[in-house]
Amino acid sequence: MTDTGYNYAYLDEQTKRMIRRAILKAVAIPGYQVPFAGREMPLPYGWGTGGIQVTAAIIGQDDTLKVIDQGADDTTNAVSIRRFFARTAAVKTTEKTVEATVIQTRHRIPETALTENQIMVYQVPIPEPLRWMEPRETETRKMHALQEYGVMHVKLYEDIARFGHIATTYDYPVMVNDRYLMAPSPIPKFDNPKLNNSPALQLFGAGREKRIYAVPPYTPVKSLDFTDHPFEVQRWDDCCALCGATDSFLDEVITDDKGGRMYVCSDSDYCGDRRAAGHVGPQGVDADAYQRATAAE
Amino acid sequence: MTMTPPAPLLRVEGLTHYYGSRLGCGDVSFDLYPGEVLGIVGESGSGKSTLLSCLSARQEPGGGRVLYQSRHDGEIDLYSVSEPRRRLLMRTEWGIVHQNPRDGLRMTVSAGANIGERLMAVGARHYGEIRDQAIDWLGRVEISDDRTDDLPRTFSGGMQQRLQIARNLVTQPRLVFMDEPTGGLDVSVQARLLDLLRGLVSSLGLSVIIVTHDLAVARLLAHRLMVMKEGRVVESGLTDQVLDDPHHPYTQLLVSSVLQV
Repeated sequence: MTDTGYNYAYLDEQTKRMIRRAILKAVAIPGYQVPFAGREMPLPYGWGTGGIQVTAAIIGQDDTLKVIDQGADDTTNAVSIRRFFARTAAVKTTEKTVEATVIQTRHRIPETALTENQIMVYQVPIPEPLRWMEPRETETRKMHALQEYGVMHVKLYEDIARFGHIATTYDYPVMVNDRYLMAPSPIPKFDNPKLNNSPALQLFGAGREKRIYAVPPYTPVKSLDFTDHPFEVQRWDDCCALCGATDSFLDEVITDDKGGRMYVCSDSDYCGDRRAAGHVGPQGVDADAYQRATAAE
Repeated sequence: MTMTPPAPLLRVEGLTHYYGSRLGCGDVSFDLYPGEVLGIVGESGSGKSTLLSCLSARQEPGGGRVLYQSRHDGEIDLYSVSEPRRRLLMRTEWGIVHQNPRDGLRMTVSAGANIGERLMAVGARHYGEIRDQAIDWLGRVEISDDRTDDLPRTFSGGMQQRLQIARNLVTQPRLVFMDEPTGGLDVSVQARLLDLLRGLVSSLGLSVIIVTHDLAVARLLAHRLMVMKEGRVVESGLTDQVLDDPHHPYTQLLVSSVLQV
C-alpha cells in the first residue's frame, strides 16, 4: 500500500533530478565528493539521511530493495527504512542479497558477491577522509585537487607507533582509481577488498555533510598501507556459532556476565542461507528448526 | 685566483606589498647565495613578517618578483609557476620554522609522525625507514629517542621548537625561513637552540632567511643583515658592519637600545 499525499519515493521530482545529476557527476569522477542540496528527511541526521536520499532518487517500481544495518536486515534502522520505501515507493522489499536490485547499507557489504544488476547505497556520516588531520574544508579540497595525500599516512604511522600495527579497523581510507582518496563509510576494513573491482555500482550519500560520491563498477579501489605493514583484514579464531562460517565477518555477542560469548555472522542473510543449506555451527540448530522458526515470524 | 661565483639561490626584485593603502613592505631587493644566512631585523610592525610571507610563497605580493634557483628545473618565478609546483617546493626544497611551534607542528600526532610527515608527503611508504629517520633527526636536535612516540604538547617550549626544526630539515631543504625561532624561550634555552642552529646550518650548508627583533640572535646567526623600518629596508650589509658601525639613524637607535647586562 502506498501512502498518498507524497510524491513517489517521498522526494519531489526536482529534488530527485538534482540528486541524479550529482550521482552522474560522482560516477564520472570516481571517489570525488560532489556537493548536493541535501533535503530534510523524516529521520535524524546520522540515521541514514544521505543514503535514503540517494535511494529515493534511483529507485523505481520494478526494483527490489534490501536494507541492512550492521549486516542485519532485522534491526530498527533497517526495518524502518525498508518500510519507508515500501510505503512511499511501493517497491518490493527483500532480505535476500541475491534478489535485491538496490541495497542500502550501513556498516557492511553483504558477504554474498554482488552482481552487475545491483546498486549499493552507503550511508556515510563523515565523507572527508582527511577531516581528522585537517579541519579546514578549503584546505582539504585543495589537498584533493592537488592529490596531496601524505598526511593520511601520518594517521596510519601513528597507529603503528602506538599499537604496533595499523589499528584503524573501520572507515579505512582507500584510493579510488589511483586518484581520489575516499572514506568507504564506516564499513569494517574486512569489507574493503569487496570495494575493489566490484561489478555493482556503489553510491555513497552523506546527508549531514551533503556530499555524494561513487565507485563505478569495476573500478580499482586500494586500501592505503606501508610496504612493511601491508593492509590486512580482521581474522577470528572462532567460526560462526550458528552456521560454522569461517569466511564471514563475525560479531561478538556477550551471552552472560561470566565472560561467556559467542561469535555470529554479522550478515544475517548469509548466515540464514548457510543454515538453510545445512551448515550448522557449534551452537546452531539444524535447518528444519531454523525454517520453522523463520516461518513463524 | 678567480672563481666564478655561484648563482644566487634566491633573487628578490622590487618586492612590494600593500594591505589596502597601508604599506606592508616596499621595494625590497636582494640576492641570497647558497649557504648564506640573511637576517632581517627591525621593530614590530616594520614589515619583517610580511616580507617573509611574501618570500616563502604564503602571501602573494602586490608587486615585484621572487626568483628561486630550484634543484632540477633551474630558476623559477615563484608566483608565476603553478600552485601545485609551489606547494611541492614548500615541502621538498624549503622549510618554514614558525615563531610559535603550534603553527608548525601537528599537536595531535607523535613527534615521530611530525618528523615523518614530510617524508610521507613526498612518497615514503616504508614505516621502518620513516621511523629510523625520525629517530635520527630527533637525535640531531637533542631530543632523546624515548620521546619519539610522545605528543608534542608534552614537550617543553624549547623542545617543541627543536622538533619543529627537525620536522623541516628531514627532507633536506636548501632554504629555510625562520620567523623569530627563539622568541618566547628563556635565554639559556635560546643559547642552546642557537648553538644547534649554527651547527646545523654550517654542516648542512643551508641557506636561511631569519626574521628576528633580537640583535644578539642576528649577530650570532646571520652573515648579512637587512634593517627594516616602516616597510622599507633602511640599511643592509655584513652583520658585523651593520651592528658595529650603523649608518642609518634608525639602525643606530636600534643598536643603542640593546640592554647592556
